Parts: sequence; C-alpha cells; structure tokens
Amino acid sequence: MKYIIAVIQPERVDDVLEELTKREIHLATVSNIVGRGRQKGVAEVYRGHVEAGSLLKKAKLEIAVNEDFVDKAIEAIMAGARTGDDGSIGDGKIFILELAECIRIRTGERGKEAIG
Amino acid sequence: MTAIRFSWGIAAVATWLFGLPADLMAQDDVPAAIDSGDTAFILICAAMVLLMTPGLAFFYGGLVRRKNMLSVLMQCYFIIGLITLQWVLVGYSLAFGPGELIKGFIGNFDYVGLKGVGMEAKGTIPHVLFMIFQGMFAVITPALIVGAFAERVRFSAMCVFMVLWATLVYDPVCHWVWGGGFMGADGALDFAGGTVVHINAGVAALAFALFIGPRKGYPDKVSPPHNLPFAVLGTGILWFGWFGFNAGSELAADGIAANAFVVTHVATAAALVTWALLDWIINKKPTVLGAITGAVAGLVAITPASGFVTPMGAIVVGAGSSVICYFFVAKVKGKFGYDDTLDVFGVHGIGGVWGAIATGFLTNEAVNGTAGSFKQTMIQVESVAITAVYSFVMTMILLALVNMVIKVRLTDREELIGLDLSDHREAAYTLLD
Repeated sequence: MKYIIAVIQPERVDDVLEELTKREIHLATVSNIVGRGRQKGVAEVYRGHVEAGSLLKKAKLEIAVNEDFVDKAIEAIMAGARTGDDGSIGDGKIFILELAECIRIRTGERGKEAIG
Repeated sequence: MTAIRFSWGIAAVATWLFGLPADLMAQDDVPAAIDSGDTAFILICAAMVLLMTPGLAFFYGGLVRRKNMLSVLMQCYFIIGLITLQWVLVGYSLAFGPGELIKGFIGNFDYVGLKGVGMEAKGTIPHVLFMIFQGMFAVITPALIVGAFAERVRFSAMCVFMVLWATLVYDPVCHWVWGGGFMGADGALDFAGGTVVHINAGVAALAFALFIGPRKGYPDKVSPPHNLPFAVLGTGILWFGWFGFNAGSELAADGIAANAFVVTHVATAAALVTWALLDWIINKKPTVLGAITGAVAGLVAITPASGFVTPMGAIVVGAGSSVICYFFVAKVKGKFGYDDTLDVFGVHGIGGVWGAIATGFLTNEAVNGTAGSFKQTMIQVESVAITAVYSFVMTMILLALVNMVIKVRLTDREELIGLDLSDHREAAYTLLD
C-alpha cells in the first residue's frame, strides 16, 4: 500500500478528481494549503502597491491506494494537474510514501480490503 | 454646469432669502422654536453618524491580519464608549461651552455633566440633540486614528491616549471651527468637519505612526488584508452614515441639507470610479480595495465642501481626491518608510487637505452664499496648516507622556502572537466547528 500526497494548483483539483474517477480511484482527501516553490509569488496589488506574495495558495490531495493503483493514480494526477500543453512551473509535485496499515473504522477491516 | 446646478441654486437662494438657516454651528442666543421636522431629521442623522464607527471598525478590521481582527474592532468600539462618556462629562462643554477659558481657543466648564443642556431650543432643535449629534463626531474622529497604529499598540495605552487626545486636541479644534472659536470667525469654510475630523485625525495618525514605528516585517513581510469583504461592507456602512454626517451638519431639513446629500453621493461615486480606473491603467486590474479606498477618499474630501459646492463641483472634488490620494499612497508614502498601517494619513489627511482647499475655490454662491476665490482658498490653507501643526505637535507630546507611564508599543513577542490574543485573550475565528 502507498500513501500518495500531491501538491497541485488549486484550480486543477476538479480535473484531477475527474481523471482519478476515470481510473476508478474514488477516495481522496483535499485541503487548501499555502506553500512555496521555485515559482515564487503571483504579485498582488494593494492600494497601488505591488506586493510579491511569499506563500502561494495550493491544494493538497491525499490518496491511499493498493500497489495496483499507484501508477494509475500518478497518471491521473499528472493528466489533471498539468497546466498548458507542456505544464508550467508551479504545477506541483507528487510524493509517495509507504503505508504501514489501513483500517476501516466501521468494520475493522484491515489492509487491502479497507483501502478501496 | 450652470443648467444643472440651477435647480439646486433656486432652492438654496430661496432658503437664503427667507433666512432660515442662520449659522447654527456658531453660538447664537437668538430664541427660536423647536422645529419638529428638523428635530426628526437630526435624530436620525445622529444615529447614522454613530453607525459610521462600527462601519469603520469593519473597514479597518477586514484590512488587518486574522490575528488582529478583534483588536481593531475592540479599539473602535471601546472608543465609542470611552469618548461618549468623555463628551457628556467634559468634552461637549470644552467644545461648545457658553464661555471661553482661553479666548477663541477653547470653551469653558459651564456645560460639564450636561448641566444646562436640556430640551430647550438650540437653533431649531433641542440643545441635547445638538449635543449628541456632535458627540457622534467626537467619537468617530479618534476612532479614525486606530488605522494608523493597528497591529502593534498596547490597548491600555491607547485608551489613555484617546481620552487625552479627545480632551486636548479634538475639543479645542472643534471649538475653533464650530464652537465660536477663531477659525470660524476667520471665515474658514468647513461644512461637516473636513478640518475638525479628517485633517485632525489624519495628521494625528501620521504622528502616531511615526512615534510607534513600523510593524515587524514592514514593508515586505506583512500579510495582505485578511478579509476584504468585511472592508467592503464597512465602506458601505460608512457611505450610508456619511449622509447623516454631511447632510445632518446643516442641522435642518432644508435645501442645503439636500444639496449636501447629493454632492456627498456624487463626489463618492466619482472618487470610487477614478481610483478603480487608476488601478486599471497603472496595475492592469481594477482592484476592490482600490475602489473602496477611492470611495472613502471621496467621502473625506466632500465633507468640508458639502454645504458649498454644486453636484458638478462635487465630481471635481471626488475625482481629484482619488488622484491625489492614489499617488500619495502608492508612490510617495513608500519613500518615507513610515508605517501608517491602513493609510489614515494618506486618505483622511491628504483627502481632507484637498477637500478643504478645493472648498475654497469651488464654493458656489448659489449654494450657500459664498463664492470661490483666491482669498477664500488662502483662508482654507491657513486653517489646514494651523490644524495640522497643532494636531501633530499635540499628538507627539501626548504620546511621549503616555509612553512614560505605559509603553505604547507591545513587545515583539506580543505583536507576533497577535493582538487578539495578547491584548484581549480572544480569537476572532475558530479553526474547528
């Protein structure tokens, strides 16, 4: 089992979820976050002052999957989160972690059965 | 221009000929009957002017960081309480007392505790109504200064400062212009308080910002406004209340009050559009904060002029205010390095100065009997300069005095934690439901 964390552009969340659905991955946790990367800030204007934002709004997706779905999940995130034909700086990153256990609270099922 | 101001002119001239509104702001002992229409109108106006301070609280609150939201609301609301008490106990007497402790400079103690301020007529309204209408002005003026020191002031020190400032700065300046003091006698035109309220508060704001120093991390590491919709709502409340402020300053429900209402609205509209256009041209997008800042700049500038200009003159006053304030806030202020958190000086100070001077050359004989002239403009400049110098020097002195007893600025740690927690032990927003 793997735990996939993707930090993406907030406006790509719907596209990524759609791509995941196409590949029969229905479970995901989404949160609004701020962060920074090489992209730097989108300048915002306040009373005529152009202020370079230091932290940018991003969305974080967290998905727990069985081994069979890891590649599909990556494919879906890449397809949904890329902006423009070749992607752009700031499109985000995917992190994949080993997942030690997964337990469904309602039934007490563990591992592969619990995750889907 | 002539055609459009014509109808207003007739109303104003008629009022003038029949001699209804003698200068009610000045002290006059002419016995007059209470007029029910005027009384009803000013009762409503007083309530509208009160609402401006909560509006201001939300205007300011939306522009600060999340961790300082409550502190700004509390500073504004506490000033409503504190200065209302100061006003009925001593402030009204110092501003409008029947005699003068220092000739032309300040009233006396005859009205302390509202002794002798009752239901008898003052002009055509009850004296006690005049007192509370003026009291709402006395409340919002110190509250305006809050924007300059937001996010770093110690609450207790602020309270002491505000009572001193109201007593030793607002009350005398109010007396100079409206209470029978030297400025009104010199012929300076200030219909609804451009000098008394906005220049006075704006300059005090500059002094306070210089005294207290910039916020930690200013200018590069200070977060943007945490809730612009609150600022937009606050502006709407200010705009609404300002009709009571300006039209009510006629102290009668008559043609001049109606003219003041119209020019207030027109100037604000012109200023809102102008600031947004400047944003659009210079920074490529019309910003919401720009539009509402423009509206406030217009409201400020039309305040002294509202009893004297035509609606067409109001467009000049409003649009001019946005142009001047925009360039001051966006281009000039940054070069000086002081941190007037919410641009109280940039909008109320600069907009107020523009409004006072513009009143000198745009005042129209048909509206209120005074024609614009170079001489009048110079009288305006003089009243601006005297008020600005007095307000600046006194604010600095009062801050130095308060600072000897209570540190005006919070510690770095308290400032970083945020004033909601460090000054009030509360949080504006919970994270969990």
